[in-house]
Amino acid sequence: MSKMRYSRRAILKGGAAAAAASALPAPMIWAQEIKDITLRQFGTGVSNLNDVATKVKEDLGFTLEMTALDSDSVTQRAATQPDSFDIADIEYWICKKVWPTGNLQAMDTSKIANYDKIVGIFRNGKLTPESTIAQGTAPHTVGFVDGPGGTSFADNETGWMTLIPTIYNADTLGIRPDLIGRPIESWTELLNPEFKGKASILDISSIGIMDMAMVCEAMGEIQYGDKGNMTKEEIDATFAIFTEAKQNGQFRAFWKTFDESVNLMASGEVVIQSMWSPAITAVKSRGIPCVYQPLKEGYRSWGGGLGLSANLSGMELDAAYEYINWYLSGWVGGYLMRQGYYSAVPETSKDYMSENEWGYWFEGKEATGDITSPTGDVLAAAGETRDGGSFEERMGRVACWNAVMDENQYMVRKWNEFIAA
Amino acid sequence: MTRNFIGWLQAAPLALILLGFLVAPIIMIVIVSFWGATEYSIYPDFQFDNYAFLFGSKVVWKVFFATFKYAAIVWVLTLTIGFTVAYFLAFHVRSLTWQIALFLVCTIPFWTSNIIRMISWIPFLGRNGIANQTLISWGVIDQPLEWLLYSDFAVILAFVHLYTLFMVVPIFNTMMRIDHSLLEAARDAGASGFQTLVNVIIPLTKPGIMIGTIFVVTLVMGDFITVRFMSGSQSANVGRLISNDIGLLQYPSAAATAVVLLCTVLIVIGIMLRFVNIRKEL
Repeated sequence: MSKMRYSRRAILKGGAAAAAASALPAPMIWAQEIKDITLRQFGTGVSNLNDVATKVKEDLGFTLEMTALDSDSVTQRAATQPDSFDIADIEYWICKKVWPTGNLQAMDTSKIANYDKIVGIFRNGKLTPESTIAQGTAPHTVGFVDGPGGTSFADNETGWMTLIPTIYNADTLGIRPDLIGRPIESWTELLNPEFKGKASILDISSIGIMDMAMVCEAMGEIQYGDKGNMTKEEIDATFAIFTEAKQNGQFRAFWKTFDESVNLMASGEVVIQSMWSPAITAVKSRGIPCVYQPLKEGYRSWGGGLGLSANLSGMELDAAYEYINWYLSGWVGGYLMRQGYYSAVPETSKDYMSENEWGYWFEGKEATGDITSPTGDVLAAAGETRDGGSFEERMGRVACWNAVMDENQYMVRKWNEFIAA
Repeated sequence: MTRNFIGWLQAAPLALILLGFLVAPIIMIVIVSFWGATEYSIYPDFQFDNYAFLFGSKVVWKVFFATFKYAAIVWVLTLTIGFTVAYFLAFHVRSLTWQIALFLVCTIPFWTSNIIRMISWIPFLGRNGIANQTLISWGVIDQPLEWLLYSDFAVILAFVHLYTLFMVVPIFNTMMRIDHSLLEAARDAGASGFQTLVNVIIPLTKPGIMIGTIFVVTLVMGDFITVRFMSGSQSANVGRLISNDIGLLQYPSAAATAVVLLCTVLIVIGIMLRFVNIRKEL
């Protein structure tokens, strides 16, 4: 254990440490041993990218094993199989469910080099000091605990973080502007009879219910106390509206996987539906016009982060901290932002993006040249701007966060009934 | 005594496999169906909540009804098509070589996976799919037909496409065993072609029909993926109920539904076996 005092990160930090490194043999041992370390990470497909694992091996030397699962399986695994992972890449609402099991350990923010640069959403809930905090499971409400062993969430920045935020975005409806032919401004359009048989919603209860709530609220049919934590009456009222729409043939289909949503939109079966940012990208890269339409009621947002297994200790724990620091240091952020997501520490990502990319994706400026995805497809040509505009415009207009409700099981049963209705 | 022992020994491998991979899992499912579940875990218990919810929910009854509806419609269609194809192969095609060749032709689509055969219908039936485009260009319709895809029609079409062969094979098999002299005798006795079919061929083909029926009914009642894809997630059958429960980590509830489905299917098969003795066939 003693040789672990010379962590690679500490050494890279300053010149003094570098001098020590040349004088002492320990870093060499570290460098040797770190190659044998394997960290097992699992999470949703969004950020479990093989490119990241490859880059980790290159930059940090250790091996990162990635497992991608759907969000239900992720929740289950984090809650029931603590020995099966070292790092959990989960969403904040999953954290709310999983943290009480004690399978994750809080992280010491003083060991996180870029902690001070993490955007306010994840620290005090406010993007700017004037921002109001959105409904639902806002990340900062489940982001901190009182101490290393804390089991309940703290309401301020305690220095002990549950998840280190990594990736987040603001979701809205995707539309086919060429097939609709008029401006779309409100969530109510999802149930507009004009689009009968041409609308779709996702068949993932925890997210679908939020999109439904955005629609019902925009229609003025229901006033929710908290969309992220509905009462049984609110749940019933929401499903009543959508069941009626379903029986009237409003929906062409429901989708469950990313690919399905892309195909529905690209084939023209559906012209307006709930959608995820990279799915828009996928439709566009086929040369089909598709817009991630900003709506006046605001966005439904989500965020994810990395959590450490309670079983991590010693050298593995140091490696995990090093990995997290590396994650926030910019390369991954740039990679994710080029897909339309946001990084928790945007300013570090800037160095890994061209000025054109940074302007287009983050600042909402007109592209000065072709914007390409990480795989090389052209997503936008010079002169185009990002749907929804800049980071502040998009993340500043979040109406609610993905959430887990107290009445979750009731909601799930109602969801099943909705599908069968 | 030793013969008896050898008999047991010979039966043992299959018995063990069935015990380990069929009986044990079913017992496990039955046990779990009485357990309780929280949002992310299950705990051993002995409660009837899962069954109470199952039988108390109107939606579950509706879904079981839908499952029977699919099974019945698909059964009628696959039987009609399957019987016709088998009849043609067995009695109209004279040479054995041609019979075998044509039979193999029937199986060609089955060289690809189930899922691919099913999904390939989607671009065909879609709003801008080949079917609609062709009909419009022929002037048969002005507007694309919406009900071709993501509807019960699509679900049943896919089922019939997927499972007709399971009807053809056993019926063809039994028909091939019918002694052709019986047909000659029927004709000599003055029976018309239709009378021969109703009074000679169908009764003798019953075991094959029954085996095909068991295949089709169990496959359709246990399916979830065809219904999900072809109805665009808009319709449900029991299989989807189970798969949704599993997705939401409600294993005990899924197990209870599975037990009820298993019993239902066994009862259906039990009733069918009262009508036909398939042992004659085996």
